[in-house]
Amino acid sequence: MRNDDGRPQSTHEEYLAMDFSNDPGESLPGLALDRRQFLQLVGGGILVAISTQYLEAVPQREGGRGPRHPLPEDFNAFLRIGEDGRVTGYTGKIEMGQGVITSLPQMLADELDVPLESVDMVMGDTDLCPWDMGTFGSMTTRFFGPPFRAAAAEAKAVLVELAAEKLQVPKDRLRTKAGIVYEEAGEKRVTYAELAKGQKILRHVKGANPEEPSQFTLIGKPTLRRDAVEKVTGKAKFAGDIREPGLLHARLLRPPAHGAKLTHVDVSAAREIPGVQVIQEGDLVAVLYEVPDVAEQALGSIKAQYDRTESNVDDKTIFDHLLKVAPQGQTVAEGGNLAEGEKAARQVVDQTYLNSYVSHAPIETHTALAKVEGSKVTVWASTQTPFPLKEAAASLLGLPAQNVHVIPSFVGGGFGGKSNNQQALEAVRLAKLVGKPVQVMWTRAEEFFYDTFRPAAVVKIKAGVTDAGLISFWDYGVYFAGERGSQQFYNVPHHRTVAYSSGWDGGPGAHPFATGPWRAPANNTNTFARESHIDALAAKAGVDPVEFRMRNLKDERMRRVLQAAADKFGWTPAKAPSGRGYGVACGIDAGTYVAHIAEVTVDKETGHVRVKRVVCAQDMGLCINPEGAKLQMEGCITMGLGYALTEEVQFQGGEIRNRNFDSYELPRFSWVPEIETVIIDAKNSPAQGGGEPAIICMGGLLANAVFDATGARLLQLPMTPERVKAGMPRS
Amino acid sequence: MKKTISFNLNGQRMNLDVDPSRTLLWVLRNDLGLTGTKYGCGEGLCGACTVIIDRKAVRACTLQVKEVAGKGVTTIEGLAKNGELHAIQKAFVEHDALQCGYCTPGMIMNAYSLLLTTPQPSRSQIIDSMDGNLCRCGAHRRIIAAIETAAKQMGGAPR
Ligand code: FES
Ligand code: FES
Repeated sequence: MRNDDGRPQSTHEEYLAMDFSNDPGESLPGLALDRRQFLQLVGGGILVAISTQYLEAVPQREGGRGPRHPLPEDFNAFLRIGEDGRVTGYTGKIEMGQGVITSLPQMLADELDVPLESVDMVMGDTDLCPWDMGTFGSMTTRFFGPPFRAAAAEAKAVLVELAAEKLQVPKDRLRTKAGIVYEEAGEKRVTYAELAKGQKILRHVKGANPEEPSQFTLIGKPTLRRDAVEKVTGKAKFAGDIREPGLLHARLLRPPAHGAKLTHVDVSAAREIPGVQVIQEGDLVAVLYEVPDVAEQALGSIKAQYDRTESNVDDKTIFDHLLKVAPQGQTVAEGGNLAEGEKAARQVVDQTYLNSYVSHAPIETHTALAKVEGSKVTVWASTQTPFPLKEAAASLLGLPAQNVHVIPSFVGGGFGGKSNNQQALEAVRLAKLVGKPVQVMWTRAEEFFYDTFRPAAVVKIKAGVTDAGLISFWDYGVYFAGERGSQQFYNVPHHRTVAYSSGWDGGPGAHPFATGPWRAPANNTNTFARESHIDALAAKAGVDPVEFRMRNLKDERMRRVLQAAADKFGWTPAKAPSGRGYGVACGIDAGTYVAHIAEVTVDKETGHVRVKRVVCAQDMGLCINPEGAKLQMEGCITMGLGYALTEEVQFQGGEIRNRNFDSYELPRFSWVPEIETVIIDAKNSPAQGGGEPAIICMGGLLANAVFDATGARLLQLPMTPERVKAGMPRS
Repeated sequence: MKKTISFNLNGQRMNLDVDPSRTLLWVLRNDLGLTGTKYGCGEGLCGACTVIIDRKAVRACTLQVKEVAGKGVTTIEGLAKNGELHAIQKAFVEHDALQCGYCTPGMIMNAYSLLLTTPQPSRSQIIDSMDGNLCRCGAHRRIIAAIETAAKQMGGAPR
């Protein structure tokens, strides 16, 4: 982004434009049912197709890089009104804890004027739902929400039209409420169910606009999760909970390190175990049995040798390695003249920030069940990308895509890590080979080994402040994190932002294993570096860190969010390090503005950081479900404690040393601070992301709080006790 | 070698022909179809597989099925009675104390055993007893609040 006047802009469009590409479906042709097929599948009822006018609000490529499918004509077949009066909403998105299983029905019920309880959702089913590239990037509410609401608005208009014909009452005398169309000043009424009965009508109505905020009844109302009862009773089905007659559980032979080549394998002992099937096809060596624990034992009896020629890089040397192999930088934003800015600076801070590889570590490991019957394939999978999985499974077996049906179950946590579908393709391949349904459920060690980690990354920043405490220049280089969140929203006249390696995969020779999107990809790294550096400038200038930010912020939205956080916290100005252990950070992600303030204590003997309190204010535009949004904010803050304080993948070359939770520490109950959340009322602006933004500040927030407590400026995440101790100023 | 293992499962007598060295978690999930008990780590490190054996929370992933012979086992499926959610389950629903829900059965079972032994736990007792159960989604605060609510609801008379 280039600014002619030297003032950085921070419109959310830029963030939308570049952030969210996760491209499992990039090269895959779109496939969607035509209307006739769709009708056959969903059976009776009124099917509503929204007209293309609403689709203009949806980016043709949902924000990604590279070409995308144009939206298929019947992408907008979103809902059905059943003969029993129940309404079914269809979405290609899946539920992994982020709560759209509640917020989407709120939208649908509100627009359609039916009770929330009457809405059911079908999510991610590739035979029933409109094509979708995947559930990530906080895009469901932003991009799927508007056409979904529009579909419901139009459905209601169609129903009113049908009611007018049936009741012989002019349309404008009809009203709707709770699934009924009724005559305003009269007796006549008809239910949606009666109107829908036995009809298969595709009718369009023009000009049926979604509601204005003043008309909302369910949107904006705090609503409890609709999947909670299933989940607290153990009835909710995750991929590993699906059972099929004849099901076999597979365990696969894995190399000891990425890059290791299998040179010799002896499966004879496994073959001797009664009932165990052994599959050996090239590098694929698997054992299958009726129950997984016996398959596990059989796997243990296999003897394998590998040729290991992996690189020497490890978790200590990785940063030097990355800087060495970094490609040419791409300027992401530029304005003014850096040399001039440097001249105007009274104080200059030049620092390098590091963050390690981080694992997604969902408690549910990658799991899938595949069934191949003739040329028909059914896959139940724990996946964020059911439609790309469908395409990939079809191409693996050389089948047309319509032969594959992917049914996503509840996903037990994704965070960007369940988009690759490796486990599902393993299940498909094995199911084809053995001719029986096969379940693959990764062990925790496999989960760590094949995780597409958040990339290790380096950020170099040189920036200066004037006598007046204004940032005069900002020279920013980000290596291997990606550019999401690197755009400067503080007011800086002379600035440059350069990305060395864009996106998260690093390119050949960069990372010794796979890397990928991790909740708010790149933004955790960029926000850690930026907010730490801003704080360092404030300290140099001798200005309170909240005041310093305000002084350098013109973006009204950000000022409001920061002020809200400061008010809620009860911030009183002081120059850092004040000894109070207060930290502040703010940022923008997925169109949403966040500001956090924390209080920590640091044990100066051990270097242990204890987070006592975190306040977070968030402007996410229209908030569909404030309860769900707060739940996400709390989840972000809690999860973010991990990458800030303990989480770090340990490796030697391609060998991942973390095999289980004893060597990779996730946040626990005893760590959790008091959390207070504030959602700014912004219902007149479009809904933005909610699942990721509140995690981006956690690194910078806690680094700044540690600085305030101790004077130690931590430049590397995670801030382990050793690093905190090492960073402590010697007195 | 298979053997008959007898135990009480969710209030029902069970006589199971099974290799006694098999892992309880997989026997529950596969042989008995009780999939509410989850696998998360297989080494006793996450609590997703927590079940109750004679009033104590136990990790089913590290237990051989022969260990339950003659004992009473309660899984998440056995907590609601006659279609009525247990007070802890209700409190989890009311507090939105879950996101993906994968850790939830283990959380609830662990909390259940806590309230059996300590009907009115302090906040720090709750935190101590729940600390070995991992939740990646970060529902911790609400889980603590839900357990406090449930304890209050149950009025010191756990069942
Ligand atoms: S699966 Fe048993 S403790 Fe993790
Ligand atoms: S709710 Fe997802 S792991 Fe706890």
